[in-house]
Amino acid sequence: MFWNTLLLALREIRRNVMRSFLTVLGIVIGVASVITMVTLGKGATQQVATSIASMGSNLLMVTPGRRMGPGAASSAPAFKVEDGEAIAREIGSAALVVPVASRSMAAINGHENSSTTVTGSTNDLLALRSMTLHSGRTFSDSESRAGAAVCVIGQTVRDKLFGSQDPVNSRIRLGALSFQVIGLLESKGQNSMGMDQDDIVLLPLRTFQRRISGNQDVSMLQVQIREGESTEKAQRDIRLLMRSRRRLALSEDDNFNVMDTKEITRMLTGTTTMLTGLLGAVAAVSLLVGGIGIMNIMLVSVTERTREVGTRLAIGALEREVLMQFLVEAVVLSSSGGLFGILLGLGASLGLKNMLMVPFIFDPTIVMIAFVFSAAVGVVFGYFPALKAARLDPIEALRHE
Amino acid sequence: MVAPTQENSAPLIELRGVTKVYGVGQAAMQALAGIDLRIDEGDFVAIMGHSGSGKSTCLNILGCLDSPTSGSYLFRGVEVSHLTRDQRARLRRFYLGFVFQGYNLLKRTSAIENVELPLIYRGVPARERHQIARRALASVGLEGWESHNPNELSGGQQQRVAIARAIITGPSVLMADEPTGNLDTARSEEIMQLLCQLNREQGITVVMVTHEADMAAYAKRIVHFKDGRIESDVQNGRNH
Repeated sequence: MFWNTLLLALREIRRNVMRSFLTVLGIVIGVASVITMVTLGKGATQQVATSIASMGSNLLMVTPGRRMGPGAASSAPAFKVEDGEAIAREIGSAALVVPVASRSMAAINGHENSSTTVTGSTNDLLALRSMTLHSGRTFSDSESRAGAAVCVIGQTVRDKLFGSQDPVNSRIRLGALSFQVIGLLESKGQNSMGMDQDDIVLLPLRTFQRRISGNQDVSMLQVQIREGESTEKAQRDIRLLMRSRRRLALSEDDNFNVMDTKEITRMLTGTTTMLTGLLGAVAAVSLLVGGIGIMNIMLVSVTERTREVGTRLAIGALEREVLMQFLVEAVVLSSSGGLFGILLGLGASLGLKNMLMVPFIFDPTIVMIAFVFSAAVGVVFGYFPALKAARLDPIEALRHE
Repeated sequence: MVAPTQENSAPLIELRGVTKVYGVGQAAMQALAGIDLRIDEGDFVAIMGHSGSGKSTCLNILGCLDSPTSGSYLFRGVEVSHLTRDQRARLRRFYLGFVFQGYNLLKRTSAIENVELPLIYRGVPARERHQIARRALASVGLEGWESHNPNELSGGQQQRVAIARAIITGPSVLMADEPTGNLDTARSEEIMQLLCQLNREQGITVVMVTHEADMAAYAKRIVHFKDGRIESDVQNGRNH
């Protein structure tokens, strides 16, 4: 009997191909958007996660500011170079401690200028980010100590300011000041978050503090932990050290963060996941709208086929059988719409992945959920029209014009 | 589910004091005002009367499409006047066949699929269904028309398909509501001859509502309705 009902539904749909197609279009679009949003969202999340993981699991970032709560970050005092030195001295497992201070500003050479990130740090930053020199040299000890007006630039900055010329020993201007270029970095390209790692002007930290920022602040301390040492223990130790250096009372919360890459991942992917969820929810609403479309057409169909229903009832069809006939028809409509939507959504994700530079991640769970959901839409919105058909009075229905 | 049994003593159909009232209170309209009617196995009854005489209401009750307001309806000796909707549907499915004035074939559905329809509800497997439907179509003279849709058939042919659909289950009674109402005289006579033939050769009891005396003349017995009552009930002398 069920097989017959299914065949009957398919035949009925085939008779009205155009109308059936328009009916399920809402479902198709709804499901396709859910699939696209979630697939691309997953890709973006994974991309962020891999890019952070590539920094290495043994990296800790110490930043000022409270973990949560708006406005709290501004009230927290910044770190100083001495904080970094203290970590290097006190924490045995710290292999490298790199203080970083940075600011966005324009770099100028003659008529060419380029908006870039000016970073004050030490030569160790290059080791930490596994960057190498293309030509020239890095900062000498005396330059670092004295805060000399020298800089190392990335390939993007070179291209914009010097074209294909060798920039080493030329001078560039940052704000009102002139700096000598002593080194050019090897190109690293974009990181997977889409940030250009070559768009950088690196100064000795002291130079940055004295000539650019005008204070002794360090915006971040990056700490690399020795291979084989516990990151968790280092994280705990650094926290205690910083609490004592900042003279926090026992009752006070931390006014800084010591994050490992896992936490950074969680923080960054949290945003993407939330956005994915939101977009998915919007798409799900369009699925419901699609369901209303199905209900509408099923009601029209029941009215059109009143005589048919009357005939079936007269021949001896039970209420339940007529109900099933229309319900199965609605479910077949909506779930085939779901199937098309899934294919369309996966296709769209594949098409957009290059444009958005996001990896394509096939998630069978969401595909299953989308399919089941679209079938459920058919049941929910097909039930009322089906019930209407099943409850028809056979005598009235047979007389229907 | 009641299971009407074959009892030689009980008539196939017996109505006792059946009334039917539509609506309530001031708007109430009495369609049947006490009908006593007995139809035996193998009979061919024509029910005649003007519109509003209650003949269609009576056929609806006989066909278990409707329940009487009061009175008793015995089908093979079993009381069926108070069955539920689904019980009546099952009774129609297993014992009754219907032929309507407007044929009521499913559109865009081939003749053979239309004929198979009652067997689907009986749960007969597809292959068997197909064979039986083919034989039924042949028995109404439509061999070779199996795959035609109703809109490719003439009115007479459509009514033949409808008759094939009604008899495919081997029903006890064939209920025909103005079966020739939409047909010209020649086609009407063909249909009536077919009904007579089914009645004679397969022993199917036929109850037919009509307002055409020419068509009623084919029946063995003619019942006249007037104002919800039976005005006359006569055996038809005509020989087939």
